Amino acid sequence: MMRLRRIPVISHAILLALTVSMLYPVAWMVASSFKESSSVFVDAASLIPNQWNFDNYINGWKGVAGVTFTTFFKNTFLVVGISTIGSVLSSAVIAFGFSRIRFRGRNLWFVCMMLTMLLPYEIVMVPQYILFNQFGWINTYLPLIIPTFFGTPFFVFLMMQFIRSIPYDLDEAAEIDGCNKFTTFVRIILPLILPAMMTCVIFSFYWRWDDFLAPLLYLNKVSLYTVSLAIKMFSDPDNVTDWGALFAMSTLSLIPVCAAFFAFQRYIVEGIHTSGLKG
Amino acid sequence: MATRKAGGYRNLTGYAFISPFLIGFFGLTVIPVAMTLYLSFTDYNMLRPPEWIGLEHYERMFTKDEKFWHSLRVTFFYTFTAVPLRLIVALAIAMLVAKIVRGAGFYRTVLYLPSIIGGSVAVAVMWRQLFGLEGAINTILKWLGLSGVSWLGDPKYAIWTLILLYGWQFGSSMLIFLAGLKNIPNDYYEAASVDGAGSVTMFFRITLPLLTPVILFNVVIQLINGFLAFTPAYVIFGDGRPLGATLMYVLYLFQNAFTFFDMGYASGMAWVLLVIVGLLTALIFKSSEYWVHYESKGDR
Repeated sequence: MMRLRRIPVISHAILLALTVSMLYPVAWMVASSFKESSSVFVDAASLIPNQWNFDNYINGWKGVAGVTFTTFFKNTFLVVGISTIGSVLSSAVIAFGFSRIRFRGRNLWFVCMMLTMLLPYEIVMVPQYILFNQFGWINTYLPLIIPTFFGTPFFVFLMMQFIRSIPYDLDEAAEIDGCNKFTTFVRIILPLILPAMMTCVIFSFYWRWDDFLAPLLYLNKVSLYTVSLAIKMFSDPDNVTDWGALFAMSTLSLIPVCAAFFAFQRYIVEGIHTSGLKG
Repeated sequence: MATRKAGGYRNLTGYAFISPFLIGFFGLTVIPVAMTLYLSFTDYNMLRPPEWIGLEHYERMFTKDEKFWHSLRVTFFYTFTAVPLRLIVALAIAMLVAKIVRGAGFYRTVLYLPSIIGGSVAVAVMWRQLFGLEGAINTILKWLGLSGVSWLGDPKYAIWTLILLYGWQFGSSMLIFLAGLKNIPNDYYEAASVDGAGSVTMFFRITLPLLTPVILFNVVIQLINGFLAFTPAYVIFGDGRPLGATLMYVLYLFQNAFTFFDMGYASGMAWVLLVIVGLLTALIFKSSEYWVHYESKGDR
């Protein structure tokens, strides 16, 4: 009995040490954002600034090339918001089609969809760029937004798993009461899969928020930049002198993602358990 | 008959519901993939129309382009170091978290946090400063009486900063392992301990075999992810500095496409990437017959 009791103590000690060292980089960045710029590297490893200093936030917010972070955050929320709505709604529609309607060719298309999940974006990056360039979409948000309206395979899969747990009797009862497939979807299934949709919203939010490659390709005007692109430009070794401000803006850019994570982590964990994917 | 009409209607509604997928599948996947293949046989810089040159790009890639081979070596080293590191750490920690009762939720959340933010530019920027010459890591090394290292400037160490960044995000794999560990019935361990098995034996005879399906899944996903790594290398090192030590394959592809506007060559590289990723995945699945244990099949 004694032996069994000691194991958790050792486990806790190891885990605690690990947690501290895992979080150290993040804590260090946050602490550095409050240090005076000149002292960031003087007491490089310390977590407690000599005095709390908010100047970095004020200086950092002024942004780059005359565009403030107000613009960058507004841009990001716009892109993230629309593309999240687009991908979650379209994925719900597709998931309903795959899981509740038995049409010819269903399995074939489902396999195709699962295969696209494994297909690296880099394969279609060049031709997509050429196409969107021909459409005149460079320096607009369309290349970041439009593709999300055609469903995200991972979300479709996740919602299909969820729909499968809803008894088909409900659909049949609805149909007897005069619903067609579309009204069944909107009135019966959609309200029931809200938790799964919530999971997808969270994932979409933090993937889109972190997205860097697509903005890098399609946005060349500073006034259109998203936060991630702005921070990259802010951090280019040739530009940077104000380290504190850079840390301040980096810290701010992580806040929405962390807030969403802590508020809704239950949904994320559930998503991982039902699908076991990504991250 | 009526059923036939109903079947036609059903097909129509079915296709109506999945139509967003179909449009995206053809417009954003099938046609672009075909275009990539076509462009890889042409010389194209987006200013003049593509000019057919046959296999010239592939010939250059395989026989003349030293940088291509170099980027492949860098990427293979990165992937086959970072992925096992991440998965072994994830499994070890998952087993620790699975054992404790109180506070498991806390560790799960906090250790998962790096996976949430790890892909962002902000974290890449943070990492660069952390490993800088005067950065926190070197300062800590000095406290410990060790000499600091030029993490970002020395080709020997540069790639390790990226590997560590990847390993730092082990949380998502840990969660998947935790889910897998929970599915192993406790009876197995009780029966084994009655038979006198120690914890090491139990790990190798029960835990590991029953986790192999989850491990397979993790290995496939992480290998693909590892091969496609771009953002951290691009943000921390830019163009593959120092001396090309961090010239990841996708970074070199990106440079060809959007720095040199050699779209044809970049398309060829994209196809080679597709073949490599496809082959790796196929190999792992093929080999899984020998090491993945499926309970329904294995029960004798």
